[in-house]
Amino acid sequence: MSESEDRKPQRARPSLFLERQSYRRRRLMDAARLLPILGAALIALPLLWPNQTSPEDGVPLSSAMLYIFACWVLLIAVSLVFGFAARRMSARDDSEAESDRWLP
Amino acid sequence: MSRKVLLIEDEPNIAEAIRFLLTREGWQVETHAEGSDAIQVIQGANPDLVILDVMLPGKSGMEILRDLRGLEGMQNLPVLMLTARGQTRDREMAENAGVSRFMTKPFSNAEVLTAVRDLHAQATRS
Amino acid sequence: MATLNVLILVCLGYVVLLFGVAFAADRMAAAGRGAWLRSPLIYTLSLSIYCTAWTFYGAVGNAARSGLEFVTIYLGPTLVMLSWWWGLRKLVRVGRSQRVTSIADLISSRYGKSNTLAICVTILAVLGGTPYIALQLQSITLSFSIFAEADPSGLYREGSSVFWVAAGLAMFAILFGTRNLDANERHHGVVTAIALESVVKLFALIAVGIFVVWGVAGGIGPMMERIDASEIGQWNVDAGRWTTFIFLSAAAFICLPRMFQVMVVENADEGHLRTAAWAFPLYLLLMSLFVVPIAVVGLDLLPEGSNPDLFVLTVPLSQGNDWLAMLSFIGGFSSATSMVIVTAMALSTMVSNHLVMPIWLSTQEGSGSVSGDVRNVVLVARRVSIAVIMAMGYYYYRLSGGGAALASIGLVAFAGISQILPALVGGLFWRGATRTGALVGLTVGFVLWIYTLLLPGMGGAIMPDTVLQNGPFGWGWLRPQALFGIEGMDPMVHTVMWSLSLNTFAFCAASLLSFPSPLERLQGAQFVNVFDHSVAPRGWSGSVAQSEDLMIMTQRILGAGPAQEFFQAEAHAQGGRTSLPEPTPGFLERLERELSGSVGAATAHAMIGQIVGGSSVSVEDLLAVADESAQMLEYSSQLEAKSAELSRTARQLREANTKLTQISEQKDSFLSQVSHELRTPMTSIRAFSEIMRDSDGLTPEEQTRYAAIIHDEALRLTRLLDDLLDLSVLESGRVNLNMSGESLSAVLDRAVSSALAGSRSTLTVRRARQSERIPLHTDLDRLGQVFINLISNAQKYCDAEDPVLTISAHDVGGQVVIDFTDNGSGIPPEAQSMVFEKFARVGGDKAGGAGLGLAICREIMQRLGGEITYLPGQGGAAFRVRLPMAYQQAAQ
Repeated sequence: MSESEDRKPQRARPSLFLERQSYRRRRLMDAARLLPILGAALIALPLLWPNQTSPEDGVPLSSAMLYIFACWVLLIAVSLVFGFAARRMSARDDSEAESDRWLP
Repeated sequence: MSRKVLLIEDEPNIAEAIRFLLTREGWQVETHAEGSDAIQVIQGANPDLVILDVMLPGKSGMEILRDLRGLEGMQNLPVLMLTARGQTRDREMAENAGVSRFMTKPFSNAEVLTAVRDLHAQATRS
Repeated sequence: MATLNVLILVCLGYVVLLFGVAFAADRMAAAGRGAWLRSPLIYTLSLSIYCTAWTFYGAVGNAARSGLEFVTIYLGPTLVMLSWWWGLRKLVRVGRSQRVTSIADLISSRYGKSNTLAICVTILAVLGGTPYIALQLQSITLSFSIFAEADPSGLYREGSSVFWVAAGLAMFAILFGTRNLDANERHHGVVTAIALESVVKLFALIAVGIFVVWGVAGGIGPMMERIDASEIGQWNVDAGRWTTFIFLSAAAFICLPRMFQVMVVENADEGHLRTAAWAFPLYLLLMSLFVVPIAVVGLDLLPEGSNPDLFVLTVPLSQGNDWLAMLSFIGGFSSATSMVIVTAMALSTMVSNHLVMPIWLSTQEGSGSVSGDVRNVVLVARRVSIAVIMAMGYYYYRLSGGGAALASIGLVAFAGISQILPALVGGLFWRGATRTGALVGLTVGFVLWIYTLLLPGMGGAIMPDTVLQNGPFGWGWLRPQALFGIEGMDPMVHTVMWSLSLNTFAFCAASLLSFPSPLERLQGAQFVNVFDHSVAPRGWSGSVAQSEDLMIMTQRILGAGPAQEFFQAEAHAQGGRTSLPEPTPGFLERLERELSGSVGAATAHAMIGQIVGGSSVSVEDLLAVADESAQMLEYSSQLEAKSAELSRTARQLREANTKLTQISEQKDSFLSQVSHELRTPMTSIRAFSEIMRDSDGLTPEEQTRYAAIIHDEALRLTRLLDDLLDLSVLESGRVNLNMSGESLSAVLDRAVSSALAGSRSTLTVRRARQSERIPLHTDLDRLGQVFINLISNAQKYCDAEDPVLTISAHDVGGQVVIDFTDNGSGIPPEAQSMVFEKFARVGGDKAGGAGLGLAICREIMQRLGGEITYLPGQGGAAFRVRLPMAYQQAAQ
């Protein structure tokens, strides 16, 4: 299999690059784990707001809505970014795995 | 001229019969009944012809013959071998060891005499 | 004003559309086309069966009552989706690798395939699911009734419409949910239909929302002002309920049977989670975006006391926008139908797999049922289960009368199904979780849920007010809504808090205290470490690589030639350009069959599954493999035994051959010896007889001497022949012993005189006659022969000047021992072992016989039950003859 022999030196070169890749992937995983905690914290924050005791000193519902939905959008956006990053990572994984298979 | 035959045979009766036959033919017959020192006896006696039994005490006739042929000046000594075990294997072994003539017992006296005469004639011719 | 008839028509049309979509999707999936059916978008949309009629109608009602609290029901699932990477992904992977069919199956599978657990979960799910289905039916009838009120023709009858709705939904679920018995339990038709429904309901709600904000309120700004000015216009949320509901909805999102069905069972590709992780929260956000505006506008516009649960319908209706109301109705209808269909499917799977099938199988025990039968039974069981579940929902609705607020029933169901959570999460992340723990935890949570929430909610008929007020038997600490005397909590928070915390505690404690079975431990490891055990499923791009792997594997099993032939034939049959076939199901099936011929069915299945399915080897696979290997082991051990037997036989044959060869060689050498011994005297005889015949002039002395030689040699020949005959008789064992009795001394007397008779030798025989008075009973002649032989040997071979033979007899330990010792030089040590062999002669002496004497003696002594040995170190030659005393005693 001359093909596999040709590939070996090619694969050897970008090892430094791969290190960096896997490091980034690890941090991405960390971010993915932290995301729900961030979300829980953001959602739990309104509990610190003062409850309505008199019509004057409460948080208006419109503001509460804005806050909740803003947080929501933020979480969705982060999740979207992570989703795409994860896809890119796993796509590269797949191609690596593919070329791995050629090696004896 | 004195022709000398060395007879190596452990059966005294057979030895006596052969001695009787060859003495009458004008041979000087020396006998020996032991296998182990047969080589030395042959070298010492310097015979014109050796009659060798196969089954000898101490050392078999085959070994004696083989050793004898390995010695200096003994390659052409005529050796007539007698054996009571007349198997083909024994004949082959004897020929490989360098025997001049091979005879199985019991033999007729005329056979022995003819063989001795032939062997002696060959030896003197060459 | 749209008439009820139009509404019914639209409804029917919508249902027909759903049927069509489901049918088309099933057809496309069966034809292998329709990759889009497995797209992340469809997956995400199918997840939205989470949003039932309860959320479609009830969220607005909830908002009208408690402001933003409704949003918790959406925030919980959002958090779950955000944690997909370490949460849902694991669940989906486990579900796929274990080929899980339902949440009950998952729990049972995790805890060592415990059917008890599966039954518990099934009952819990049915108990929680039935009111939930009733709730959907109620929402449909309620929405119908809104239109019916407005319709003057008044043909509408509530009861019958609910019945027909229930029947229709059951029909749909049966048609598309139990059409086939796919191993993966995927139902493309249903999933596609509910994806369509989720689009419809989102579209309907957003349409109403846009109408309310821009049509009624006049834009975002005025809407915000209107919200703040309304009676719910201030942030006023109970912290306990807020957190509890978020948690509860998150738990229910995972544990609800229908959610598990679409999220795990129907999942075609783990990667879809990546998209759903942001798309589904977005869907939820859009679903909740206009809830508060609709509620606020509804509160403003509609008269006091109108049902806020139906604002989504009544607000457009009140504004005369009938078509919008119709759309809204279809949205609600969609929510209800999709939820009911999937729930019925999921529950029927659980009921048939964990309740009906075990019972059916136990009744069928030993009848050797065919697999085809089982398939039919399963399908029928599922269909009946769906019908029964729908009937239960229907009757629950009829019995409860549809009074309670929609939202509360939903939350009660959530709280019930969430009791699975500790066992589920514990099973996924904690290897120490045991079946006992799961059972105890589930039971505790289940009982608390019934006691503190379900029963009190059903009203005074089932749980009297006195119990509610004072506790059972007046035990105040057991009051259903104030356990352990902690009062003042919201009933829902109270239930969730106590049931789940005690459930978790019991689960952990029982797990710590119990010991799992081996299967449980194996499953635990498979679940918790699922990412180590299973391969990430690849997309379609990996298919050629899969074929590559399959090829490599097949070559290893079948050998290069047959594997390549098989693959090329398959590729050719597929009409492909490459030499590698696409891994289509048909190809894989044939390959599996091909491989199973070599490695066994279970192994082949597991191997192909490892490469293609992305599913790791399940315990059943492993067990089957182990079974096969056991069979192979047994087979190979049988082979081993056989080959051991063969090699034993071969060894015996070799030994026999060696023995035969030895015997043959012995025979050869014996014959050669005999020939020699015969020829030697014959030679002398012939030579001397010829001499006497041919030679002239022999002296009379010579003649006498030569005649004597001839005579001696003739005697020698005779002796030899006698000995040979004697020996052959003795050796063949055909010798007849003439047993008689006499004293040893008499036998010796005869032997000595016989041996010395006619001999010129000077041998002196010394005897101790005193010790010879031993009576013998044996073959006296044979014994005498031995003695004669020994005496004449001494006579011949004793080389002392004054040869003396000493014969002594003893009685030693029940044996007669007779020693013959001479005063000669004896037999040299190297020859001692040979003296009893045939033709063995010591030294150059030819005087004696043929060397058979001692061999004959040995044979005789063996026949007489004794032995003859040479005694070394006695000065001269010494032979010892032993005779057993017992022999003669027995004869006396």
